Amino acid sequence: MKFKSVFDIIGPVMIGPSSSHTAGAARIGKAARTLFGMDPTWAEVHLYGSFAKTYKGHGTDVAIVGGLLGFDTDDTRISSSLDIAKEKGWNVVFYQDEAATDHPNTTRIKIGNGKEDMELVGVSIGGGKVEITELNGFELHLSGNHPAILVMHNDRFGAIASVTQILARHEINIGRMEVSRKDLGKEALMIIEVDQNVEENIIQELEEADHILQIARIVD
Amino acid sequence: MLFRNVAELVEIANHEKIQLSEVMIRQEMDVNDRTKEDVMSQMEKNLQVMEDAVEEGLKGVSSHSGLTGGDAVLLQKYITEQDPLSGTLLLDAVSKAVATNEVNAAMGTICATPTAGSAGCVPGTLFAVKNKLNPTREQMIRFLFTSGAFGYVVANNAFISGAAGGCQAEVGSASAMASAAIVEMAGGTPQQSSEAFAITLKNMLGLVCDPVAGLVEVPCVKRNAAGASNAIVSADMALAGVTSRIPCDEVIGAMYRIGKTMPSALRETAEGGLAATPTGRALASKIYGIPVEKE
Repeated sequence: MKFKSVFDIIGPVMIGPSSSHTAGAARIGKAARTLFGMDPTWAEVHLYGSFAKTYKGHGTDVAIVGGLLGFDTDDTRISSSLDIAKEKGWNVVFYQDEAATDHPNTTRIKIGNGKEDMELVGVSIGGGKVEITELNGFELHLSGNHPAILVMHNDRFGAIASVTQILARHEINIGRMEVSRKDLGKEALMIIEVDQNVEENIIQELEEADHILQIARIVD
Repeated sequence: MLFRNVAELVEIANHEKIQLSEVMIRQEMDVNDRTKEDVMSQMEKNLQVMEDAVEEGLKGVSSHSGLTGGDAVLLQKYITEQDPLSGTLLLDAVSKAVATNEVNAAMGTICATPTAGSAGCVPGTLFAVKNKLNPTREQMIRFLFTSGAFGYVVANNAFISGAAGGCQAEVGSASAMASAAIVEMAGGTPQQSSEAFAITLKNMLGLVCDPVAGLVEVPCVKRNAAGASNAIVSADMALAGVTSRIPCDEVIGAMYRIGKTMPSALRETAEGGLAATPTGRALASKIYGIPVEKE
């Protein structure tokens, strides 16, 4: 069963007009903001396929920036997000990219604050559901369907065990897990989809575990 | 036990002697490990969002593209000042469905039922039928669970998005979901809800998704008007004892197969149908005519 809850059907509450071009776009933006963990000062947003062709009319641009500001799909501030970003002094640029992508509703978002930057690719797969397919060069398959935590860690033995042990102690069941790395022994990324939201106190505990660099979470 | 299709949904309701909405509520509690209070209160919030959207739309809104807005106001004015040929209740439902989708097109807040583009059918009919049946708040919340139960079956056995299966999957499903819920609210049996769903969806089979400029506006807003009226007429037919010769689950199967063979030009790509008409194309180039940065 792809759809598990009645609220997948009657819901989500969202700002119109399109569950894929607006709500999904906001969710990708918010995922970027969550994963970056702080306010960016600049953003470069590349839009592909149907996103590139119809973004003005669907408000895909304002939705992504709304997401970057941390707004949920139902936050009415989304419609004035470009002004809010401007007031904050953010430099946001959109590019209509003509490169072919696997899915018509794809965006590549680069954000930074002068010290750090981050780059991700997100796909809006329909009905407001999204998938993050790339993060800082790491390939991944993060669905928006489940709560998840993303753990950036040193590529050392024991890093994965230390995380899963903490989750086990808090009786959190792992639904799907993947590990991605670019080079042996450098930084690696753990993507863990879980059955229930991981609470803040558990995140804090995870941050203190061995070899863990940074944690971001996606809540249901 | 979980229901996988409409036949099982009706069977559980009949066996347990409960309403279809109650079957959905219990399943939601079981599968997602939540209390009844929790589940009911979340749906109440969705109901409130729908109510607010209708209210906003009836005051008059306009989309950024200028393609839609203001028709709900025209319809309400017509209802109060003249004697609508199709009857007050039917046209009230149409105006409230239109109101919801006009708010959606204007980037207002709506509740997707099952999608944003088809968000008008369920609340449009609910708030019109409400004036005739005088339901309690709980019965109105139940209306949404009954709608959701049927939408859940469609989503898991076929599709609910225009990109995947055309408008029949989107407004077709929304309209049929509303129809089944109207029957329950009007005191019909679970089987009659299933008949209403089947009759409604049959009348929406083959409907393509061909939005002008790719926007959820033309013809989406008026398709919700058609969806709302179709839902009420089919509900009346089912309550009168009319049955569908093709069982509900087989109608859903037919919708799925039709959607699978629908060309991509007619599935939300804005390349066919109304989007490809001379006027449709002219509107699209007017909306997107301003050059923007290109890499």
